[in-house]
Amino acid sequence: MSGALKRRVTQLQNEPTCPTSLAKSDADKRKGCAVRGLTPGAAAGGCAFDGAMITLQPVVDALHLIHGPIACLGNSWDNRHSGTTGPTLYRRGFTTDMSELDVIHGGEKRLWKALKQAIARHQPPAVFVYQTCVPGLIGDDIVAVCKEATERLGTPCIPVEAPGFIGSKNLGNKLAGQVLLDHVIGTREPDPELDPAGPTDVNLIAEYNVAGELAHVTPLFDALGIKLRTALTGDARFHRLQTAHHAKVNMVLCSHALFHVARHMEQRWGIPWFEGSFYGMAAIGHSLRHFARLLAEQGADPTLPARAEALIAEREAATKAALAPYMARIRGKKALLYTGGHKSWSVVSALQELGLEVIRTSVRKATETDKGRALELLDDDEDRLAGAIPNPELYRILKEGEADIMLSGGRSQFVALKAAAPWLDINQERHHTYAGYDGLITLARELDKALNSPVFPAARAAAPWDDDGNLLPEMGEPA
Amino acid sequence: MTALPRKSPSAKGSHAKALSENPLKMSPALGASLAILGLEGSVPLLHGAQGCTAFGLVIMVRHFKEPIPIQTTAMSELTTILGGADNLEQAVLTLKSKLGPKVIGVCSTGLTATRGEDLAADLKRIAAEQAETLDGTRLIGIDTPDYAGGLEDGWSRAVTAMIDQVARPNPGPRDPKRIALLAGCHLSAGDIDELRDLAEAFGLEATVVPDLADSLDGHLPPAWPKTTPGGTRLQDIETLGAAGAVLALGRHMEPAARLLEDRTGCPALVLPNLTGLTESDRLVATLARLSGRPVPARLRRQRDRLRDTLLDAHFHTGDKGIAVAAEPDLLAALVGLVESLGARITAAVAPQSGPALEEIKAPVTIGDLGDLEDMVRAAPEPCHLIISHSHGRHPAQALGLPLLRAGFPQFDRIGAQHQVSVGYRGTQARVVELANLFIDHPGDH
Repeated sequence: MSGALKRRVTQLQNEPTCPTSLAKSDADKRKGCAVRGLTPGAAAGGCAFDGAMITLQPVVDALHLIHGPIACLGNSWDNRHSGTTGPTLYRRGFTTDMSELDVIHGGEKRLWKALKQAIARHQPPAVFVYQTCVPGLIGDDIVAVCKEATERLGTPCIPVEAPGFIGSKNLGNKLAGQVLLDHVIGTREPDPELDPAGPTDVNLIAEYNVAGELAHVTPLFDALGIKLRTALTGDARFHRLQTAHHAKVNMVLCSHALFHVARHMEQRWGIPWFEGSFYGMAAIGHSLRHFARLLAEQGADPTLPARAEALIAEREAATKAALAPYMARIRGKKALLYTGGHKSWSVVSALQELGLEVIRTSVRKATETDKGRALELLDDDEDRLAGAIPNPELYRILKEGEADIMLSGGRSQFVALKAAAPWLDINQERHHTYAGYDGLITLARELDKALNSPVFPAARAAAPWDDDGNLLPEMGEPA
Repeated sequence: MTALPRKSPSAKGSHAKALSENPLKMSPALGASLAILGLEGSVPLLHGAQGCTAFGLVIMVRHFKEPIPIQTTAMSELTTILGGADNLEQAVLTLKSKLGPKVIGVCSTGLTATRGEDLAADLKRIAAEQAETLDGTRLIGIDTPDYAGGLEDGWSRAVTAMIDQVARPNPGPRDPKRIALLAGCHLSAGDIDELRDLAEAFGLEATVVPDLADSLDGHLPPAWPKTTPGGTRLQDIETLGAAGAVLALGRHMEPAARLLEDRTGCPALVLPNLTGLTESDRLVATLARLSGRPVPARLRRQRDRLRDTLLDAHFHTGDKGIAVAAEPDLLAALVGLVESLGARITAAVAPQSGPALEEIKAPVTIGDLGDLEDMVRAAPEPCHLIISHSHGRHPAQALGLPLLRAGFPQFDRIGAQHQVSVGYRGTQARVVELANLFIDHPGDH
């Protein structure tokens, strides 16, 4: 890794607002974010390149070009459900598909040619160029190629230096956030005619519009006259993203990985920020109140907080009424929550609002603050906080009925299904949106569909014969 | 957006083009991992950064809808500089103690291959130094750098490595009732079951290598499987040379079959394609000859049904334009099938070269789904259908054409592993599917 990249990584790993980093000893801080949990033969999770893609690829009108051999894109593209309300260029996969010859002679020429072709063909507002391990190892200078391409081709080409081998997905998220700070945010002023900056402009940081969940959030903003300047980066348009520094408030969702983006924006442009969530009524109310207060403090309509309270009351009443029929069917069911980070507690809160009992939640990748919140929600019962749970144990919990349902990411989906137990996707690959009041109703409906599906008793039913195939005495008799 | 014309890609090699758009290709390490999953009690181990494994895991889980045991040596920048042998040894020992596999299939990646790691030598040393600890666990090493070839190449190298590193010379007599089937990556679990049934119809016992029908066929096992819950047993590969014959199913299985023939004298036959009437005839005739038995009445009836279906189908398939994109052996099978129904090939695209491309009469482009899209737009005659893996949905959407999914991955379908395309019954199923698709989407005729 270049000296500059090394310095950037070290800085990111000492993020003063990151509770994870603060909780570490100096020695652990020096080891960085990537060290924990990486045991050869027992590691799970994506690499830094994966993380960088998660954070930047939702810029829907940009062209995302992966410089590397085929594995990095060919095995991975088209695997997330970050939604768009317009352009679809971000969904196309672009790679230099490096060959053995490029490994021997260097891949910079190939990258230059690829940029030229891609820009001529698609005329994107910008290109994000992702570095990967092999060109990183042979020393391809993507920063220089991007600089040259930006000058000669007239389209911003932005280097994303997060090759997989420098660390985890989380580090890749952070590096991508730094790319936004260094190359994108603040590089354009809003058009005074078409897109004027206003007193209620806000950004949502680390909101990736998974399954199109922004559609459940922006109507709430609309009702209060709050304007989403941009999400970082769900459904984002490059030129709008460049004007993100004109927001009056930033909210960081579900990710300590992008705290540094909010902090830098506060330092540089004086934008206050807070951490929030849209999962569950309590969290939505908390977030809307924060927005209203912080905007009003900066000169927005002073009635905004009162209007927010009225909206919250109205929507909570309507939501409770809509939830009632589902809750009658799912109340008291036992859920195993196997996710991590912020969702360790925010989803617990949503599930409890729906009347479920959370028997355990995994606090992997969660901070001390996250753990504290989870513990508070779980009646201070330490036994209900889990770290990593091995697959055989997850299987046992579900098979033996300690939990009625597991909510997790796709990786552990089949642990539940092999135990013939209900499962719901709670991570980024999911197809349903659980954010906002309408999202909570969706979550209730999905839980009901899963918990009460007739396929589970059918799949669990014993065959009318024994292990050797001999008919059991009470079966097989003519009726 | 307006699409500007691009230079037409060279059929000689994929690397004439600097930019791949909507890739068709996947990495050889992924192909090798899939093949390893066809061995009993196995776990693939990718020697590279953790992302190589994470991406491979996700794509396999999405296709099979099954838990997939696969691990990583978790190389970091530092270990890449210092050398990965320690990570490799630690990963092997961790897997041994945590999962107790019978086989660990180790695949190199771009990262470790670029650094020049000597995988074979490292594995040999680890196996020797840790012989006691690793008792009962076989290490198989496969060289699969990401920048050389694609999925089919990785699969082919993995099966060759299985033969090379496991199969023993055969001093004893040959068992004429036993046949070895080396199954290519274009065959589904359903295909393998069909082939085994066909062999049994002639009284032949088939050893399939690798056997995804026994490991990733999607069944509910009685307990949680830590490694593959089935697949080819190592001892059956050790004694594979004692079979009466070895059939290479797909041209990319030929090197492995030839290696077995050279080592054990087991006669090798190559059946490049098993889809279509003529191709099924060749398969059935081969089994009849090897077994010395007549063709059973039920197969003769299946053949008559297929002939009848071809007649029923031709009204709907004749002169339809079809663009096909697939790994070489699958491409040969699909192009052969649609041509036999009177359809036209608008475009035939392979992600990389492969011996099976010699079997295809239509011009083949080495390229990606972006090329396929361009070729359909530029074609003088209308195109009615795209056949490809699930990523084909991108050109299909852009062009407003239906997509028939074939091969790996099919992440937006369930049951892909049970799709049967071989023999009379499998061919008939695909013909019916195609004809019905055209009944629903007749196009502009």
